[in-house]
Amino acid sequence: MTEIDTVDKAATDPDRPQPYAELGLKDDEYARIREILGRRPTEAELAMYSVMWSEHCSYKSSKVHWRHWKENTTPEMQAKLLAGIGENAGVVDIGDGWAVTFKVESHNHPSYVEPYQGAATGVGGIVRDILSMGARPLAVMDPLRFGAADHPDTKRVLPGVVAGIGGYGNCLGLPNIGGEVVFDPSYQGNPLVNAMCIGAMRVEDLQLAKASGVGNKVILFGARTGLDGIGGVSVLASESFSDDEDVASRKKLPSVQVGDPFTEKVLIECCMELFAQRLVVGIQDLGGAGLSCATSELASAGEGGMHIELDKVPLRAKGMTPAEVLSSESQERMCAIVRPEDVDAFMRVCQKWDVLATVIGEVTDTGRLVITWHGETVVDVPPRTVAHEGPEYHRPIARPADQDELQADDPAKLPRPSTPEELRETLLRLISSPNLASKEWVTSQYDRYVRGNTVLAQPSDSGMIRIDEETGRGVAASTDCNGRYVKLDPYVGTQLALAEAYRNVATTGATPLAVTNCLNFGSPEDPGVMWQFEQAVKGLAEGCRELGIPVTGGNVSFYNQTGSTAILPTPVVGVLGVIDDVRRRIPTGIGAEPGETLILLGETSDEFGGSEWAHVVHGHLGGRPPQVDLAREKLLAEILVAGSRDGMLSAAHDLSEGGLAQALVEAALIGQTGARIILDEDQDPFVQLFSESAGRVLVAVPRTEELRFTEMCTARGLPWRRIGVVDPESNALEIQDVATFPLDELRQAWEGTLPALFD
Amino acid sequence: MKIGVITFPGTLDDVDAARAARAVEAEAVPLWHADDDLRGVDAVVVPGGFSYGDYLRAGAIARFAPIMQSVVDAARRGMPVLGICNGFQILCEAGLLPGVMLRNVGLHFVCKDQWLRVENTETAWTTRFEPGAEILIPIKNIDGRYTASAETVRELEAEGRVVFRYVEGNPNGSINDIAGICSPDGRVVGLMPHPEHAIDALTGPSDDGLGVFYSVLDATRSLVTA
Repeated sequence: MTEIDTVDKAATDPDRPQPYAELGLKDDEYARIREILGRRPTEAELAMYSVMWSEHCSYKSSKVHWRHWKENTTPEMQAKLLAGIGENAGVVDIGDGWAVTFKVESHNHPSYVEPYQGAATGVGGIVRDILSMGARPLAVMDPLRFGAADHPDTKRVLPGVVAGIGGYGNCLGLPNIGGEVVFDPSYQGNPLVNAMCIGAMRVEDLQLAKASGVGNKVILFGARTGLDGIGGVSVLASESFSDDEDVASRKKLPSVQVGDPFTEKVLIECCMELFAQRLVVGIQDLGGAGLSCATSELASAGEGGMHIELDKVPLRAKGMTPAEVLSSESQERMCAIVRPEDVDAFMRVCQKWDVLATVIGEVTDTGRLVITWHGETVVDVPPRTVAHEGPEYHRPIARPADQDELQADDPAKLPRPSTPEELRETLLRLISSPNLASKEWVTSQYDRYVRGNTVLAQPSDSGMIRIDEETGRGVAASTDCNGRYVKLDPYVGTQLALAEAYRNVATTGATPLAVTNCLNFGSPEDPGVMWQFEQAVKGLAEGCRELGIPVTGGNVSFYNQTGSTAILPTPVVGVLGVIDDVRRRIPTGIGAEPGETLILLGETSDEFGGSEWAHVVHGHLGGRPPQVDLAREKLLAEILVAGSRDGMLSAAHDLSEGGLAQALVEAALIGQTGARIILDEDQDPFVQLFSESAGRVLVAVPRTEELRFTEMCTARGLPWRRIGVVDPESNALEIQDVATFPLDELRQAWEGTLPALFD
Repeated sequence: MKIGVITFPGTLDDVDAARAARAVEAEAVPLWHADDDLRGVDAVVVPGGFSYGDYLRAGAIARFAPIMQSVVDAARRGMPVLGICNGFQILCEAGLLPGVMLRNVGLHFVCKDQWLRVENTETAWTTRFEPGAEILIPIKNIDGRYTASAETVRELEAEGRVVFRYVEGNPNGSINDIAGICSPDGRVVGLMPHPEHAIDALTGPSDDGLGVFYSVLDATRSLVTA
């Protein structure tokens, strides 16, 4: 059978060749491990270091750029931050004693291999991150990117991803309140499945992932540990198993983990009860790198020592090696640090919920993470060297040679529609294009109602949930990124993503408070990609400083490419905002009040670089993205929040991809109410309708509030223009001198596209 | 007035059902699947979710829970019982209501605001509605297609036991557009849509669902005085 490699053996055959290269470690990294340990690593140690020092776990290519966050965060910005970068998720104080935590993570590669399980376990993982902060998970959102909508493989990937997100999230009882669905050929072999979760707790209930208190017990609870998702570590299995059948059966196991949302739902409720009874000193979820990550991180952040009896871990496969147990990414598991006197009470709660829980070790003061297997030591390492002191790369950075050419390829030369008939056709073509069409085919597969606190969900600009049923205090969140803008100018493009998410939150009446991100890029070994990455991080950090809201955490996903072709750089930015009373939310649809005036806030310039129009009509990507003015965004947000607080706005909708035309169509269709629009005689109607200038919002103002609202805008220096009126009688969107669109015609165009592609 | 709300492992809408009970000023009493004690409640809601993960078949395991034995006994004595979504599936599995739910015709999970017509306003859970009233309630499920033998459907229709019917489109292919049905005595009602998600226009499409919970106040009051 199996010969277990131990620390003693490592001393007796120091020169045994080890498959470190197959595990992704470089020569110098392997040498460093030997130097740290003063001997060769055991198989189990090699498995731990290789997975913890991987790009995914160690952030080795991106870490050097984190200084931008630090350099751009002022003490003032941190005032409301209860936990920030480095914790499982960022936590902000939203007032009234409530703390809210939120985070986005990627599950891109598994979702291409196995769309349903890849996406499902992406949801499961981010929910456990939120849970491990001591919070009740309250809502999820999913920013998604797929290849061309009409590509045959998109028909395989998208329905699977959507069903996986729904299948897992719906079964967990978490409302799905928003996200994005974007199509671009660059994501063809590499879809992006990012998952965000929001949770809340009372400020005093915040939990941190650290193993403190010598003698405290380490308890593993939740699902059993199996061979799923052990990935590269199977190399070790094939080395140590002489029996061919065992090797063969291991190779048949999926490298993508399989999720069980029922187990996770029970685990959530079990954790809530454990937290309420104050039975937990520290807690960590098991995600990427499984027990390797959880034990080394907990120990590293705590007193520094831990002893684990690995053979105590309940398994669901026979003959697993210590390396496999440590590396398994079996889902729905958590690891808690518990005082010895609380262990019985802890076990009682787990029994109530039928959750398997096992004491697997205890906290020590040795400064070492020692793991034994039936009495023999298989791991003996300084935990910091595994968890926090991994390699750090200074990857070469170079602005791509063709960047100038790309920016010089101005969309101004593209033929534009000019006659009313051409404008009419352009509008219908754009609203039915996959990126601008209604996403109801996707969102109707997600439960948005469960728990009864969803105030806004798709297709609103932000999702909004009520946190406190007594006071009505709630939060809004939005995620955004236009990869085409980022490709044209990564610095500005990322600030545009930030500006849009920020604006979306304010458009619903909430005050933006904090930022998270999920940075999806190509290979870090490509200097051009690293340049995009550096510019994006710098743009985001400096943008956050200008807006005065902190980055609370984030996630980096590299190697998103097909062959040597990278995806559009996609730094997804998530903004969280707070609203004192969700009853003051601003809805997206017009027509809620009798007699509304439509006002366009902000200014429109001739900006078509990276626009949806250039993409759809001309297949063109070039020029410069729209300009970004964060001071203006800040002013705009203040006006919107004031408008919500004083009841001056009955609807608001952000202008983004597709410009004013898209915003008008959506506001009318969502509100099921027509409108009459009069364009500015002094500006090209095409530019007015389709330009994607940033910093603009369409608002509906009850006639009685019009003067008060416009005077406020004028006094504060925000440009505005009255562009029309809501017309409940017409059932049509009339754009004077262009065309009149019956709402039914618009609805067919907007809603028909996705069902036609994916049903 | 006490309305019990059962929690099974995997129940999701218990907080919503309890909130709906409180919204009509009833006391919401949590009931645990592993107990057989109904804790003195006057009516019971079996809420939605994925009890026991819906493994095997939706509702198939939950019917064996100790609490369900007590619910079945109480229902036979006339206690009002409401099964919503997964709760409806459980009541069917427990034999309190006839029929089964199959996978939706589109094979997808469907979450949408759905119009229903109230066909029977004499059940314990519908007396506050006008006959023929049309109400807007969320529906959200993957196994929502109500199916029963032709004979059972004939019987349900003949006895006026179809309580709610889908209008303006059938979201899942249910036979005769059936959204909800009741027991012969009208005390046990099951429906796929979620009235507990429609108690406040802030968080739901309407507050039409309140009528269901107000109705049961009358039903239990009349029980007490009878």
